[in-house]
Amino acid sequence: MSDYLKEIISGTWSLFVGLGITIRYFFQPVVTVQYPHQTLPMTPRFRGHTELVPDPESGGPLCIVCGMCEKACPSNCITVRGEKREGVKGKVLTEYTLDFTRCSLCGLCVESCPVTPTKAITFSRDYNLAGVSKEAYIFDLKKRLEAENR
Amino acid sequence: MSALIQSQANETFVLNLGPQHPATHGVLRVKLTMDGEYIVEAEPVLGYIHRMHEKMGENRTWAQFLPNTGRMDYLHALAFNHGYVALVERAAGITVPERAEYLRVITTELNRVSSHLLWFGAFILDLGGFSPLLYAFDDREHILDLLESVTGSRLTYCYFRFGGVYNDIDDNFVPGARAFIKRLRERMPMYHNLVTKNIILMKRLQEVGPISAEMCRKYGATGPVCRGSGINFDVRKHEPYSIYPEMDFEVPVYEQGDSMARYMVRMDEIEQSLRIVEQALDKLPEGPVMAEKVPKILKPPKGDYYHAVETARGSFGVRAVSDGGNIPYRLKLRSPTFSNLSLFGEACRGMLLPDALALMGSLDLVIPEIDR
Repeated sequence: MSDYLKEIISGTWSLFVGLGITIRYFFQPVVTVQYPHQTLPMTPRFRGHTELVPDPESGGPLCIVCGMCEKACPSNCITVRGEKREGVKGKVLTEYTLDFTRCSLCGLCVESCPVTPTKAITFSRDYNLAGVSKEAYIFDLKKRLEAENR
Repeated sequence: MSALIQSQANETFVLNLGPQHPATHGVLRVKLTMDGEYIVEAEPVLGYIHRMHEKMGENRTWAQFLPNTGRMDYLHALAFNHGYVALVERAAGITVPERAEYLRVITTELNRVSSHLLWFGAFILDLGGFSPLLYAFDDREHILDLLESVTGSRLTYCYFRFGGVYNDIDDNFVPGARAFIKRLRERMPMYHNLVTKNIILMKRLQEVGPISAEMCRKYGATGPVCRGSGINFDVRKHEPYSIYPEMDFEVPVYEQGDSMARYMVRMDEIEQSLRIVEQALDKLPEGPVMAEKVPKILKPPKGDYYHAVETARGSFGVRAVSDGGNIPYRLKLRSPTFSNLSLFGEACRGMLLPDALALMGSLDLVIPEIDR
């Protein structure tokens, strides 16, 4: 009987202890970020979708069209095409398509890039991705780079 | 009226729990045969989120399977990464630099804490308490920020590589991790006052859903489920890998076998994981984070390999058969929750439906990992 009463008293007390904690937190500052109005800075290592790195001198892509990223990709979402042009050493990039609908953001493509000292592809800081059609996510990275240069 | 009179006293009905039900935390369906409020039989129906990860592994190169590992158990992705990476390193005979091993253990343990915190919040939510979830997510957010600054992603990390880790930590990581350990240690008594000592929780969990040690052995249950039933088994202690033998930590074991015991095991494990992280941060050596001679096209020698790691939910084992090519011949994934769920049918027989949901929550199910 006394155990029963003890349990009732200690049990009721435990509820008040819990309420005390929640009330204390009620008056503490808000920990959430009001997202559309406030944004947090992205960490430098944020792995977004990839983008082409421009050559600091010419502004064109650094890509040498070796196809290593294409081979490394587990989801086959990269298409790289290039052509030989007269007077230019190596191949010239004509198309770099990233099918973002299939990309799993693993970063194996960036890792496999053999271009030195700066890799020819990098992660973008873009995280506000929204769209209404599938086609909007098949990125033409070469066009994006050209648009940036303009 | 006549139908009521004719009905027999032992009439049962079938109740579908899921596949879309908040308490199953994903697309799990449980076919319950009920006698009123009591469960006569429970049959988990799987396959709703089967993505054939094993078969995918047999269709791509060893390295290309890496992102898949994080997609199986999205709450403890780094341990799954670790299991697969360690297996391939064992097969190909790659030695990992010490700093990389330390970074692996630090990030894996932080990830374990975040997984347990999420489980804690979701479990209390299942039982009807909402605020602990918000507090747990507040703490978890700090871990996600820390891991994001190192790995680049917040949930499905793909941080480990054959021979090391993807990149080195930045200058803010070590002070940030230390500050987090201090913060969580200060918050743990609050969790215990708010939740563990709460009379409603105690009444809902104590002596509810007992799982015997024998049942755990029968179904191959591992992790907190078997440790809550008095079986002292932790892969980190009993088949040590990486740098765990150098770490001083305890394996929390509770004898009762009820839902409360499993709850306590996980709460104690948070503290033990923090201890491991603290020690690893103290001992963190300088040096490279990637082995030097890792071939770009990896072809492990012919053979049959196995490696097990301890994830937040139990023992995760990877078995690979290599035929000497650049693609695994066979990849078998042994996931802990699959075994832990199998005992649900036997354990919940004769229980009230709300108690069975408490039992299911205490098993800490992650459905994509069950179905793979």
